[in-house]
Amino acid sequence: MLSQTLQYLFSGLTNGAIYALSALGFSLIYNASGVINFAQGEFIMLGGVAAVLLTSAGVPLPLAILLAVLMVAVVGLLLEKFAIEPAGDADVVSLIIITIGASIFLQGVAQVVFGKGQRALAPFTGDAPIVIAGASLLPQSLWMIGTGAVIVLVLAWFFGRTRLGKAMLATAHNRLAARLVGINTRHVLALSFVISAALGAIAGVVSAPITLTSYDVGIMVGLKGFVAATLGGLGSGVGAVVGGLILGLMEALAAGYISSAYKDAVPFALIILILFFMPRGLFGARVTERV
Amino acid sequence: MGRFRGLAALALIIALLPLALPNNYYYDVAIRIGMNAIIVVGLNLLIGYAGQISLGHAGFVGLGAYASAVLSSRFGWPPLAAMLFGMAAVGVIAFVVARPILRLRGHYLAMATLGLGIIIYMVLVNESAWTGGNDGMSVRPFSLLGLTLASERAWYWVTGAVLLGAILLANNIVDSPVGRALRAVHGSEVAAQVAGIDTTRYKVRVFVLSAVFASAVGSMMAHYLGFVSPQVSSFFHSIELVTMVVVGGMASTYGAVLGAAILTTLPQLLATFEGYEMITFGLILMLTVIFLPRGLLPTIAARLRKAG
Repeated sequence: MLSQTLQYLFSGLTNGAIYALSALGFSLIYNASGVINFAQGEFIMLGGVAAVLLTSAGVPLPLAILLAVLMVAVVGLLLEKFAIEPAGDADVVSLIIITIGASIFLQGVAQVVFGKGQRALAPFTGDAPIVIAGASLLPQSLWMIGTGAVIVLVLAWFFGRTRLGKAMLATAHNRLAARLVGINTRHVLALSFVISAALGAIAGVVSAPITLTSYDVGIMVGLKGFVAATLGGLGSGVGAVVGGLILGLMEALAAGYISSAYKDAVPFALIILILFFMPRGLFGARVTERV
Repeated sequence: MGRFRGLAALALIIALLPLALPNNYYYDVAIRIGMNAIIVVGLNLLIGYAGQISLGHAGFVGLGAYASAVLSSRFGWPPLAAMLFGMAAVGVIAFVVARPILRLRGHYLAMATLGLGIIIYMVLVNESAWTGGNDGMSVRPFSLLGLTLASERAWYWVTGAVLLGAILLANNIVDSPVGRALRAVHGSEVAAQVAGIDTTRYKVRVFVLSAVFASAVGSMMAHYLGFVSPQVSSFFHSIELVTMVVVGGMASTYGAVLGAAILTTLPQLLATFEGYEMITFGLILMLTVIFLPRGLLPTIAARLRKAG
């Protein structure tokens, strides 16, 4: 009984780490630009797909990972330069639609290059499960949880201790004021896409050995990352991490104790209920609309 | 002036088009265009006029399709009764969720409607005892008073008539005080409220109406194709519907019809290039919003007016 619950907790944390990274990507871009980037899930997909293609072409794993993350970061930059920036200050609906278009476009490209099948990346450090109190844990799960934790710490240092990080926070708070004190907000915008894309790619690479990868894996992970970000309150970094972990755990527990068929519906039912009662998520700021 | 000119022109196109349709394959494409156009005319009221996004409208199409499929094929209901029941049920569901959902703005509204659509999709996939699961189920043909709608030609005329009816209804709403209220909501919701408009009530109405349109088309599609699968309510289908609104022209009823025509024909043309279909689709979506933010028809109309 206990070991079973522990097993669900492990799988919840493993997936939760990926949702948290995805949610962080959403929040970063949302803060810098007010855009919800529906292509966030495609960054995750591209990271996994690129790593698989590179390793199967004979590139050693660490180098493949590095290259995959770099490539996806460039995709993020291009997306910002060629799709988001030209749109100027279009309204929310238009921006949502642009990023959805980008998402479909990237899936199409991946389908042409990668084909329709599913492929897995080799686990980083073997696949002998570690048994803890009767529950087993794959080494790759530790990689996923550990990578998530390291990234959260790096981001906390970046936003708390570096000039650039603080410039990004300032832009999120008030773009005009940030510009007045000499922050180049256009660079901040581009940088937020690069960082989010890199975060997504890392999430995609570390999860590819377990969840497999194909051109269409990005949609669900992306949407769940959006749910996690909304759950925590859009734009809140702590909220994104907490939201991601809560989502992963709820999903794993619901799959174990209620119905595994409806596992994927859990995040969406949860978010609808939360939005009904807390229209700005758990940690979202109250904003008043100016007329 | 001009209120019925567009409608008359469209009626003329529908009446004359069969002269240019060489075989049933082309009829089939025309019927699909018409059916999508009906949904998009409804959705355009919500997105184009009221400025509220819905990323879950395919869910309502799916509910209508399965109401018809399950009630008429498993319980032997007359198809018309099943269709009307589906529309009523979807109307009630949309009404119940509309208030809390439409209180949300922007991204939160997108999230909630998206979630609603995905939940409907999953119910249709998982309740396979009723719905046949991922494999879908067959649907018996539409019949009324002993007459059965079977041929492409018959469906063509029915779809054309329903489309004209839907446009007439939509135009009436747009030109009524409700339409003005909706445009005020789109402009600035707070300002509309200050002017004494019960903004939520109008948003709820148009949300319910667009959902019922979607459900009716779902029923028609189920009977026409003789088959339904959960794919009718997929997230991708919801996106396709929104794309039709955006490409054709927000807040332009005939633009919506144009959008439906373009985006229904395009996949037929691209079907032979696997993957390139998605690439083209995504590119069109991005390029339209970036370069023609008002959509195709309104942009063309503005150009013509400037030139003339």
